Amino acid sequence: MSEAPLLEVERLAKRYGERFACREVSFSLFPGEVLAVVGESGSGKTTLLNLIGGRLRPDAGAVRFRAADGGVLDLASLEEAALRRLVRREIGFVHQNPRDGLRLGVSAGANIGEPIMAAGARHYAAIRRAAASWLERVEIEVSRLDDLPAAFSGGMQQRLQIARALVTEPRLVLMDEPTGGLDVSVQARLLDLLRRLVDDLGIAVVLVTHDLGVARLLAHRLMVMQRGEVVESGLADQILDDPQHPYTQLLVSSVLAA
Amino acid sequence: MSALASPGYNFAYLDEQTKRMIRRAILKAVAVPGYQVPFAGREMPLPYGWGTGGIQVTASIIGPEDRLKVIDQGADDTTNAVSIRRFFAKTAGVATTTRTREATIIQTRHRIPETPLAAGQIMVLQVPVPEPLRWLEPRETETRRMHAEADYGSMYVKLYEDIARVGRITAAYDYPVMVNGRYLMRPSPIPRFDNPKLDRSPALKLFGAGREKRIFALPPHTPVKSLDFEDHPFTIERWAQRCQRCGSGESFLDEIVVDDRGTRRFVCSDTDHCETVLERRRGT
Repeated sequence: MSEAPLLEVERLAKRYGERFACREVSFSLFPGEVLAVVGESGSGKTTLLNLIGGRLRPDAGAVRFRAADGGVLDLASLEEAALRRLVRREIGFVHQNPRDGLRLGVSAGANIGEPIMAAGARHYAAIRRAAASWLERVEIEVSRLDDLPAAFSGGMQQRLQIARALVTEPRLVLMDEPTGGLDVSVQARLLDLLRRLVDDLGIAVVLVTHDLGVARLLAHRLMVMQRGEVVESGLADQILDDPQHPYTQLLVSSVLAA
Repeated sequence: MSALASPGYNFAYLDEQTKRMIRRAILKAVAVPGYQVPFAGREMPLPYGWGTGGIQVTASIIGPEDRLKVIDQGADDTTNAVSIRRFFAKTAGVATTTRTREATIIQTRHRIPETPLAAGQIMVLQVPVPEPLRWLEPRETETRRMHAEADYGSMYVKLYEDIARVGRITAAYDYPVMVNGRYLMRPSPIPRFDNPKLDRSPALKLFGAGREKRIFALPPHTPVKSLDFEDHPFTIERWAQRCQRCGSGESFLDEIVVDDRGTRRFVCSDTDHCETVLERRRGT
């Protein structure tokens, strides 16, 4: 881990009418670090993710991102074209539903190839090689390269989506319930894969989940949200083993021990 | 105003205000090559898809001194070509021709003539669907944003899929091009055989889409590059045959089924080119 934070979020707020979806959220994220945001449905986790990723504009606060060239940009106030360029180059998204992150009408290879082509790659064989190698990295047989994602199982679609999000080697990846909707054994395999990729590439991750098991397995740090506010944050194991805030205690105690 | 024009119509059918509005759109289109300029398209006395965009552009730029040629699928004698030519002969009283060299304005659907165009000539192309990004993005707001930001990477997804499935880029017509290194453009349904003729052409090219109400343009000498991959460069169609009528070996050929037993003939799609070659041979 280097000393300068990759991402600094400061007093971020987003309101829908009178209701705060996100309020006074501040944290920093260092390169290679995995931060899990946990909380029940409607606690503002996904809103927070969209604010960080530039998909939503906050009502107040700052999202300072240290770009690859060392410059620090505030995503909250960056002009739209520049924001999109930056997001495309340096931030990856993994959606809960792979259908939101994939182009179902074109082959797996084209899905992985699109971000590299968007970044300027114009050599077919090289794009195809990159796509094949990423398919292998996410444990999908290379022979499926020209198949449509619609012919893939849910777990495979999710792995394909991860390949698509990581192929440009972004420095920050935002994941929204990446294991939601998958059965337990597929989930375990996916978590294994994610942990390995994140370790190998040294990318920073903000992971939104309501599954504390996922958070414990992947995250270094944890942030607990309730009604749009952060109620507790700290090291993952510390919070899960010794929760201080009543809501966190409730959350931890409500997990069935396997 | 020409004495030959029919009474009751303004010169070239459209009223002067409309022509002025369309000319303004054309000027803007010429100033920003490849950019789709919206215009207030009018109802024309022919159905959408038959050249309502092209006919409005032609009506706005034509003058009494002009000589008009109209092509449909390369031919001067097909229904659409004949009726549009007659339309302007009637409403503007202009001279018409089938000779590419003699024409000052050429309105066309599907083809660019084989005879190289000269400086001073204007080509008007009829466009059914002007938006090259439509296949991957149905929202107009989104495609406009993509054009504004030159966000064209996804366009290559289509080319990639073609090569992955068939081994080559299969788009045979309306093959996407980059105009002046800036705007992605659909060149209207001309065969990709005609794409190289767009590049740095000395003639002005105007594109009119009637249904979608867009005008775009290629000013003379604009660089136009067909999209491709470094290792799968853009190529044009080639035939093993020559034209069975004039014997030309370098024109775009139409395959025509001539009986009910599958007998086929290959002839030039550009009828003027075919005639010119035949005349030259008869002459010698």
